[in-house]
Amino acid sequence: MNRNKILYSGAIILAVTFIAALLVALVLYSIGASPLATYKTILTGPLSDLFGVTEVLVRSVPLMLVALGIAISFRSGILNIGAEGQIQMGVIASTAMALAMPHAPKAILLPAALMAGALAGAVWGGIAGWLKAKLQVNEILSTVMLNYIAAQVYTFLLRGPMLDPNELETGSGTPQSMRLPEMAFLDTLVPGTRIHMGLILALVAALLVWMLLWKTTLGYRMRTAGAGAKAARYAGIPVERYLIVAMLMAGGFAGLAGAVEVSGVHHRAIEGISSGYGFAGIVVALFGALHPGGIVPSAVFFGILLIGADMTQRSASVPANMVLVLQGVIILSIVSAQSFLRNPYAQERFFRWFGKFSSSARKAGKGAQS
Amino acid sequence: MTPSLEPISELKLEGITKRFPGVLACDGISLQVRRGEVLALVGENGAGKTTLMNIIMGLYRPDSGSIHVNGEEVHFHSPGDAYARGIGMVHQHFMLVPNMTVAENLALGLKELHHFMNLDIKGAAKRIREVSERYELPVNPDAYIWQLSVGEQQRVELVKTLCLGARLLILDEPTSALTPQETDDLIVRLQRMASELAIIFISHKLNEVKALSDRVSILRHGAVVFNGQTANHEPSELAALMTGHDVVLPRNEGSGIQGEALLSVQNLCVRGDRGNLVLDGLSLELRAGEVLGMAGVSGNGQREFADALAGLRPVESGQILFGGKDLANRTPREIIHAGMGYVPEDRQTEGIVPSFSVKDNLILKDFAEPRFSKMAFLRKKEIDSNAEVLKERFDIRCPSTSTATGSLSGGNIQKVILAREISRGPKALVAVYPTRGIDMGAQEFIHEQLLARRREGIGILLISEELEEVMNLSDRIAVIYKGKILKVLPAVEATRERLGILMAGLADPDSPGDEQAEVPAGVVHE
Ligand SMILES: Nc1ncnc2c1ncn2[C@@H]1O[C@H](COP(=O)(O)OP(=O)(O)OP(=O)(O)O)[C@@H](O)[C@H]1O
Ligand SMILES: [Mg+2]
Repeated sequence: MNRNKILYSGAIILAVTFIAALLVALVLYSIGASPLATYKTILTGPLSDLFGVTEVLVRSVPLMLVALGIAISFRSGILNIGAEGQIQMGVIASTAMALAMPHAPKAILLPAALMAGALAGAVWGGIAGWLKAKLQVNEILSTVMLNYIAAQVYTFLLRGPMLDPNELETGSGTPQSMRLPEMAFLDTLVPGTRIHMGLILALVAALLVWMLLWKTTLGYRMRTAGAGAKAARYAGIPVERYLIVAMLMAGGFAGLAGAVEVSGVHHRAIEGISSGYGFAGIVVALFGALHPGGIVPSAVFFGILLIGADMTQRSASVPANMVLVLQGVIILSIVSAQSFLRNPYAQERFFRWFGKFSSSARKAGKGAQS
Repeated sequence: MTPSLEPISELKLEGITKRFPGVLACDGISLQVRRGEVLALVGENGAGKTTLMNIIMGLYRPDSGSIHVNGEEVHFHSPGDAYARGIGMVHQHFMLVPNMTVAENLALGLKELHHFMNLDIKGAAKRIREVSERYELPVNPDAYIWQLSVGEQQRVELVKTLCLGARLLILDEPTSALTPQETDDLIVRLQRMASELAIIFISHKLNEVKALSDRVSILRHGAVVFNGQTANHEPSELAALMTGHDVVLPRNEGSGIQGEALLSVQNLCVRGDRGNLVLDGLSLELRAGEVLGMAGVSGNGQREFADALAGLRPVESGQILFGGKDLANRTPREIIHAGMGYVPEDRQTEGIVPSFSVKDNLILKDFAEPRFSKMAFLRKKEIDSNAEVLKERFDIRCPSTSTATGSLSGGNIQKVILAREISRGPKALVAVYPTRGIDMGAQEFIHEQLLARRREGIGILLISEELEEVMNLSDRIAVIYKGKILKVLPAVEATRERLGILMAGLADPDSPGDEQAEVPAGVVHE
């Protein structure tokens, strides 16, 4: 039964990808690019050398962390569209923490910076959760609005209070913070590349989220609240409380993603640091079927797309924004496929069609069972 | 009236087989039904009745076998195809859009009414009036669905199906959500319609089958095990054929020893969904070791009462004393911990999480208890073995306990809820329509279970519209009318007639004066 379900979801997701790729191919064709060549560059370019592979992984780290949080919130019945703002809050808090203790030892400074980032993201997400739980404010509205506020706060801080003093005196005035003390850096995994310890952190987080959701009573409560709010209330689970908990966690993961970007990659807060990870994370989570086991490969896949898109921009003069188009198309396809996934009649049809391959085996079993 | 090639005069199924992963839902079923005939289809929960009907309607495709209309083989790919040949179905769960009118609901399904930029609502209303006059099924085309009672919605479904051109009607448990009055009414109407139509009627209530059908077919484990003329067989005989043994619904022999008051409700006032006072000073006492039946026409506050007891609906005023504590306006969690069990009316979305597995639904209330969790981690082995035990004991028919509960047959979902609530060992159990949609054999078992729990000393509040069930199981019967308890009487003194009169809100005909002591304070005699 379970194997069938995985088979089914897998087949649907493959079909979705295929349809999305076809639709984007149409768009590519219409702007005069060769779809085949473009896809070839996107999919094979990034993996053609070690540097490309590590860059893919660098991109996949924040995607993974954000998507894990999104999976927690979606599974708990609240749609977090606010990861973008939560990332920025995480960046600010971790940067501030690291800069505030420039002489602290690594064992204290690095965890403190990461924790600060996660905490700030959690607060930012928690606000939306609280508004939903207490005042029934639609979380999609509130998280999008909080994104705007976060973006303004971020810009203000980087151009004002947190602006690197050197930039003012000698530099070009680029809005960015001071460089972090080295004690706040995440170690590099492969010398000469940018891939850092954050990857290990994200993989461990994936394992923890899986355990949380499917092995603990807290996860059971959250999934119940998400899958059947009415039944959850009936069973004595305070649904509203778990909406807040879910948003705290989702925000925490997004904030952590921001902190990891700072101490693993950029080593300072810069403008545009989140570069759309907050939204791409939603696609990664949906594409990974809201399951850590799916999210890890899905994040790597989108890492490939992001790097590949940069390459096509250079080689085939296809704008890198095409990846955004692809993301949009995939979201639309997945959301439509969801209704298909839930329809028992459609499922039955799928298995009928699929069953044709194994029908002889079935006939053999039929006599035995009846 | 509608594009059907020629009026359907005969439907024939030959060797229909349908397999789902892990279950053989239909196993070589052959059936036949002609115009002017009512075929009753009965069988245990999960026997495959609904699946077979969905196959006829083109919702599922059979693995093998064929369907013939008027002697000609057909292949339906959707309900639209079935309707085109004059076959229509009223599903176990209604499929109406609540915030639309009756006419709008019909217009949704009728392609001919869809003109460019214009939907012919008037045409729909006209057709509804024609059909409802012809078959004497009164419905108001301009009424909104949410304003209608369940019985009226049922009638709308029927009219809609007829308007769509159905001349062979499939009715899947049409009476399971109806009050006894509505049921009688529907049966009479169907009897009248039967001369012009063909009807396939599915029900677990064998007296209805007896009253309405000409022929009866019994399904067991997906296969037809019996075909016969209804007139030649008594309901008890059918029940035995269905379950494989004689069904004797147990009775409460009423030793008369009742414990102290367990639950005492005083002057309870509760508002309904539309803001009006649905419970208006209700008082009631449930004792340990008794079954207190609550009889009443549905809509007199039963659902709101049960919700308030479970902490799912705010209490305006009044007290719910349980084990010395006032539970009014406490959280569901506190109430569950105090030892209250609850079988809710809405089994699809309240009693279970449909997407969760059977085993996960069986621990819905107890997952945090030491039995199923340790240091905040779920104990998988315990959860699995608990599910296996309950599956066995309550005869829950599912391919495995990891199956999504929502894919079980209606009656088996109900068994999952009952298994959980009964096995938790509550001090008091509130059961709303506990055997709705459950087959005779399972009903026997559930009744035995309830009586066994009663002997162990728990108090059971049984809310039901089935007078038969209430009278069989109860020690005392409380009649609810317009949000108040009209009367509480010992079950031995209750008769169908007397309860019927009380349920209609009329004065009790044979109320001896000395019975006043039985009646709790706040009771109004009308
Ligand atoms: N979509 C599905 N996927 C898997 N199994 C299914 C599906 N639909 C039905 N089944 C299984 O097929 C069997 C027959 O179910 P069906 O709903 O036809 O029973 P039924 O006779 O209508 O029972 P009830 O009286 O309880 O309504 C059951 O074991 C059920 O679990
Ligand atoms: Mg059924």
